[in-house]
Amino acid sequence: MKLLNISGSPHVHSDESTKRIMWRVNMALIPMFLVGIAFFGLNALLVSLVSVACCCLFQWLIEKFIMKVPSTLCDGSAVVTGLLLAFNVPATADMIWIVAIGALVAIGLGKMSFGGLGKNPFNPALVGRVFLLISFPVQMTTWPTVGKWFPMAFDTTTGATPLGLVKEGLKSGKKLSEITDMPSLMDMFLGHIGGSFGEVCAVAILIGAIYLLCTKIISWHIPVSFIGTAFVFSGILYLCNPEQFIDPVTTILTGGIMLGACFMATDMVTSPMSKVGQLIFGFGCGLLTIIIRNWGSYPEGVSFAILLMNAVTPLINRWCKPARFAK
Amino acid sequence: MGGVHPNDNKISTEAAIEQFPVPSQVVVLMNQHLGAPATPIVAKGDKVKVGQLIGEAQAFMCANVHSPVSGTVSKIDICKDPFGMAKPAIYIDVEGDEWMETIDRTPDIKRECNLEPKQIVDKLKEMGIVGLGGATFPAHIKYSVPEGKKAEYLIINAVECEPYLTSDHRVMLEHAEEICIGISILRKALGVPNAYIGIENNKPEPIRVMREMAAKFEGIIVEPLKLKYPQGAEKQLINAITGRRVPSGKLPIDVGCVVSNVGTTFAVYEAIQKNKPLIENILTVTGKKLPSQHNYQVRIGISYNDIIKHSIGELPATTGKVISGGPMMGKAMCNLDGPTVKGASSVLVIDESEAVRAKESNCIRCGKCMHACPMGLEPYHFSALIKNGRYEEAGAHNILDCIECGCCFFSCPANKPLLDEVRLGKNKYRGILAARSKK
Repeated sequence: MKLLNISGSPHVHSDESTKRIMWRVNMALIPMFLVGIAFFGLNALLVSLVSVACCCLFQWLIEKFIMKVPSTLCDGSAVVTGLLLAFNVPATADMIWIVAIGALVAIGLGKMSFGGLGKNPFNPALVGRVFLLISFPVQMTTWPTVGKWFPMAFDTTTGATPLGLVKEGLKSGKKLSEITDMPSLMDMFLGHIGGSFGEVCAVAILIGAIYLLCTKIISWHIPVSFIGTAFVFSGILYLCNPEQFIDPVTTILTGGIMLGACFMATDMVTSPMSKVGQLIFGFGCGLLTIIIRNWGSYPEGVSFAILLMNAVTPLINRWCKPARFAK
Repeated sequence: MGGVHPNDNKISTEAAIEQFPVPSQVVVLMNQHLGAPATPIVAKGDKVKVGQLIGEAQAFMCANVHSPVSGTVSKIDICKDPFGMAKPAIYIDVEGDEWMETIDRTPDIKRECNLEPKQIVDKLKEMGIVGLGGATFPAHIKYSVPEGKKAEYLIINAVECEPYLTSDHRVMLEHAEEICIGISILRKALGVPNAYIGIENNKPEPIRVMREMAAKFEGIIVEPLKLKYPQGAEKQLINAITGRRVPSGKLPIDVGCVVSNVGTTFAVYEAIQKNKPLIENILTVTGKKLPSQHNYQVRIGISYNDIIKHSIGELPATTGKVISGGPMMGKAMCNLDGPTVKGASSVLVIDESEAVRAKESNCIRCGKCMHACPMGLEPYHFSALIKNGRYEEAGAHNILDCIECGCCFFSCPANKPLLDEVRLGKNKYRGILAARSKK
């Protein structure tokens, strides 16, 4: 008697897969990549290529020789990590080799040491970035200036980020109104400012984020509560003392808040699952970012804020259970 | 809350219900229902007629079984059902098609019913009626409302939210009046003012037909429902129609509801008005790669091989699985020699390309399973707990509330067999509870 194949139900599956999710995130990163290259030129292209290539290489090596498991490279998550890491560093000639170290830390320490995709408690790209920030403080805070379109030169002149200008100015005892060389809001929105190459252009980030929202890879909860909290909190500070604290619009358009809120904090592996949990997570990120920016020694706090909130994600998951249907 | 949107693939909606011919032998299983098996009351060599009682319900949770054919009992033995489970069965060699004289075989529709509620329930028991929505719960138990409880709503489940299945769809189109009479009878048995027919709004034609028919009856209301799987799950249907929620571990009657499948109401009509026991089912034969799609009225006890041979000749070479029921909750059959039973609603042939499960990878904690769960549970969490043998914790997180709809596995991008794990966990946790109550 010929027996047929059996299995438990259900017998059909949605076409959802990890691979599709990750490649869609890569698609969403393309606008930032193009803008970065337009503003920072060849260096930006090289930094991202090296970062992506190293992330893939290290993941392949670790899976093959240390973990001895089949390669999971084609799921695209190493490419996401590589691109996000590159987007979080200044696009300078120095970074082309430094970012390779960052890739090793991001993939090796940030992801594979926990067992690979899905098991890492912290966002791998941010682990790599913070490692580089602490280890290479000079190179990591030397920003290329933006001037002409697609600069070909390998060594561009260096400028400062708007947040760096503010921090330096306040440290030297100036008032905010005395800091004169701040870029206009329109420049900040379009990305014509100094900074890491993926974080400068709010328009490109929003295009990518809208794509992710439409494909339901992210939900609005984390970005809205992150940016909203940062806006409201910095607004309160600004109203208290406009000479000491920058205005809320500048706050959310400068530094990594947009990139962090839309692409780093929304990483599904390291953020809470329930909608309420995601709102709490975004709130924590926004609050910590503004605290670190205003009272910490670094001009920018998005990476630290997200990593700190990553650490409490398991707790948030524990507290925020979905509403049971049957009480 | 929750739910998913699988492709509905209702490709057999146009196929009118055909009478399936009677083969030379049938095998009638003695447990075709939830509960204890019926006791055979015929012996080898006995002559039986269509509709004659051959298996008697002796336990409380049990249902009568009647002969679907006329002929001679050739043996009483154990038979492997299509899922590989050994069950007591009566084998009957078919001779002619002689029906019991009590059964009204005229095509006329009989509208009047003068029976008292108690008599209706007794007749349901006599005719071996069980719920045809899948659980095959004996109808006479469902319609005997326990002391101290009161039925307020009768809900007719015509949602048919499972992809592919079209038997309810066809029954509504072809037997709308009989269904409404059946509903009126059940309303009377329960003493409820209104009956609500829930139909998913991807079936405009049945909604129209049932609305027109219901207008001629008192207290029958058609409720179109949002298209979402599992809209037809009992608890979700009750919630959609009444706004009430069946608490954990309770039954629909605890919130004043009785739910009946629409196919059952047709069987109730035939049993009460025509004296016809439950010996036939409406069965869909469907599949994307099949040469033709069918809806049949099939006697119980016919082997699935006979059904496939008559309807499509043979299974396509690329057949992956053959499923009894829909693709989301149906059971895969290992052995097509087994017979059909009461409550069998379809033969679904799934192609290899769809049936093969993709390789499992790490959970990426996307939460899709949790958002898809119509019961508000956390399948990803169960998966981790159960892999580590932490069944009691899974129990504390309400694992027994799981209705096994399969939304979690359906939506998992990492292809984790979440429902398989949850089933294991439920089983283990039930074992723990049983051992504890014994002490």
